[in-house]
Amino acid sequence: MGKSYDVAIAGGGIVGAACAEECAAAGLSVVVVEPGPVGGGATAAGMGHIVVMDDSPAQIALTNYSRTLWMARAHEFPADVEYVSAGTLWVAADAEEMAEVERKRAVYEAIGVRAEVLGPRELAEAEPNLRPSLAGALRVPDDAVVYPPCAARYMLQRALERGAVVRAGESAAQLSGAGIKLRDGSFVPAGIVVNATGAWAPSLTPGIEVRKRKGHLVITDRYPGFVHHQLVELGYLKSAHSMTADSVAFNVQPRKTGQLLIGSSRQFGAEHGEIDANMLTRMLRRAQEYMPALAALTAIRSWTGFRAATPDKLPLIGPCPQDPRLYLATGHEGLGITTSLATAKLVADQLLHRTPAIPVEPYLPGRKQAEHD
Amino acid sequence: MPDCDVLVIGAGPAGLAAATRAAETGASVAMVDDNPHPGGQIWRAAAGKAPQDAARWIHSAEQHQVEWIAGARVFAAPAPNRIAVEKFDGELELGYRSLILATGARERFLPFPGWTLPNVMGAGGLQALAKSGLPVEGKKIVIAGSGPLLLAVAKYMKEHAADVRLIAEQATQSALLAFGLRLAAHPGKLIQAVGLRAALLGIPYLTSCWPVAAEGKDKLEAVTLSRGERTWTERCDYLACGFGLVPNTEIAALLGCRLSDGSVAVDEQQQTSITNVYSAGEATGIGGLELALVEGEIAGFAAAGASARARTLFAARDRYRKFAEALEHAFAPREELKALPREETLVCRCEDVTLGRVRSCTGWREAKLHTRCGMGPCQGRVCGAAVEFLLGWKSESVRPPVFPTRIESLTRTEPPA
Repeated sequence: MGKSYDVAIAGGGIVGAACAEECAAAGLSVVVVEPGPVGGGATAAGMGHIVVMDDSPAQIALTNYSRTLWMARAHEFPADVEYVSAGTLWVAADAEEMAEVERKRAVYEAIGVRAEVLGPRELAEAEPNLRPSLAGALRVPDDAVVYPPCAARYMLQRALERGAVVRAGESAAQLSGAGIKLRDGSFVPAGIVVNATGAWAPSLTPGIEVRKRKGHLVITDRYPGFVHHQLVELGYLKSAHSMTADSVAFNVQPRKTGQLLIGSSRQFGAEHGEIDANMLTRMLRRAQEYMPALAALTAIRSWTGFRAATPDKLPLIGPCPQDPRLYLATGHEGLGITTSLATAKLVADQLLHRTPAIPVEPYLPGRKQAEHD
Repeated sequence: MPDCDVLVIGAGPAGLAAATRAAETGASVAMVDDNPHPGGQIWRAAAGKAPQDAARWIHSAEQHQVEWIAGARVFAAPAPNRIAVEKFDGELELGYRSLILATGARERFLPFPGWTLPNVMGAGGLQALAKSGLPVEGKKIVIAGSGPLLLAVAKYMKEHAADVRLIAEQATQSALLAFGLRLAAHPGKLIQAVGLRAALLGIPYLTSCWPVAAEGKDKLEAVTLSRGERTWTERCDYLACGFGLVPNTEIAALLGCRLSDGSVAVDEQQQTSITNVYSAGEATGIGGLELALVEGEIAGFAAAGASARARTLFAARDRYRKFAEALEHAFAPREELKALPREETLVCRCEDVTLGRVRSCTGWREAKLHTRCGMGPCQGRVCGAAVEFLLGWKSESVRPPVFPTRIESLTRTEPPA
């Protein structure tokens, strides 16, 4: 038996890295087990959109809390984290979606999230490459964009500075509240174990309700100024809600490099990571419906990743009912980057018996999950 | 229904030979290439005039009704036995029974301080620019790197009245002498080599010599060279560098063909690990013109089902392969070249990533994710080979688009309902 740690974390994605940083900052001894590069899984595959989402009260609470944590740290990040306060434009195609814009604005206003309604002309001025005749948009100016692998690396680096240890290139084979058994047969004992392995969490903690939800992204060559905000169609919510059908939505992000990231797609049941030409085509067609000028831009890469989806669209944060020393920090679906910092706070709050800033109950693994339609 | 029996990707020597031989057997053949004219890099036409050998093969391909699809770049394989290509004016999909990958090779760049200055370019790249109109008359040119390509470029530049200052060949004199002795077993090659050397009279050909730094304010003004104990600076307008060639294997990798040692692995019929997908020429290993032609012929016959005719060419291929091995041995880049870049020297010029930052990572994937090395529009084609040489990391999987491709090309194909 090796040295025992206060906390052993399986997974060096952004959630694992944030948990490591938070626990180490609280004075706990921490080890992180990560088989690949830091932030090399869904963290690297995702867009890196820091966004307040209002799918449910618990989702608003978590995303808003976490975004506040990101905003408070914006000044401390090194340049390669590429934190840009680009803001989000929720784009409304018609009058019906404009009504949704108004509803959304009221929700955000009620919780103190800055948001303003743009009419068709203001939208066209803000983003001239959108197609004409859109109905308007909701602008959420404090939403941001980051480059997730470097954000994860930065957080883990901070954990290392506070004495945390990374077992790089090693894989967790089995988890229990007592520690992590590695593939090579050795055992890392710990007081608390955190499963932060994203969509792979059920293979280490069988029975938890996390499914892989595959997504595609495309990145273009550099076109500085082509897009200014993260642009998301309001129909995105319909796309993200469906637990059955494959779906695509218009979602375009400006990178600090001048490149554009184009998404998004959602698929259940696709277990392999290869590019699905049909999904890619559908996704890019949807993007071109909103932004016809994309057609002439050059795509340089495409890739896929797996979101960790739960039935009620909320992550699993906290101890397992059957093993109180085994914590889960997974199930973040498309919001892992946004909610990583809040997840880390809530994990540390629970294991240190601190009072959390928001109620933890909606995210506890033992909760009854209502299936989203 | 396939659009053709045999589809050939690449219209260099291997592709032309493959297309011609396949068509001779009566197969319907199409040949795609991203250039406007057939001939590939080696036979790139100057002002529409292809060299004599090239003209013969091109004429023969035309006579056998090979369908020529010019300016078309393969970017994806959307379904089995289908590829998608992008042309200047749009996208199209091509179906085939057999596919021949004759995708050739590209130059290997090795980073050294100043290598990203304007007017430091690939040796083949400078030749291509000259062929398409860049004036080189009276320009001071230093040619550096390794391999026979340097001689061919020097000859071309000299014929076009450039002031070629010297050729810096990194290989040792003794390696070249040993190689020269082996040439004696290949009379055709010997004549070619003698012809090149004769044409180069007056140009110093320095072995064990390489550039240590390119210098200049806004563009190249001089290059510092090193040879043994001696280091000196040579003023020049262009520095043409090429440290050998690297097989183009992206399309093979996209299709899932097995690669071996950086080349497409093939059996004796030039078939890859995927049935009905063949490969020939530099993509299967750097071997030069004659080997590319005979491999192309074999692949063409085999892909059209004429394996007996393919077999008659095996002996010739064996001879040229022996020559290729000797070539590779003689001109292999030396260990000393790994010390040329400094920590602050850029390795990835698309994303401005220094060697020091790349070296701090544990491997390619981490370097890509944490430094963006290889993530720019060249898709790692330049820095990939350099990093493999410098740090021994092999680049990872290939995904569509294998070339930068317009968004509209990626979406033109109707997805099935």
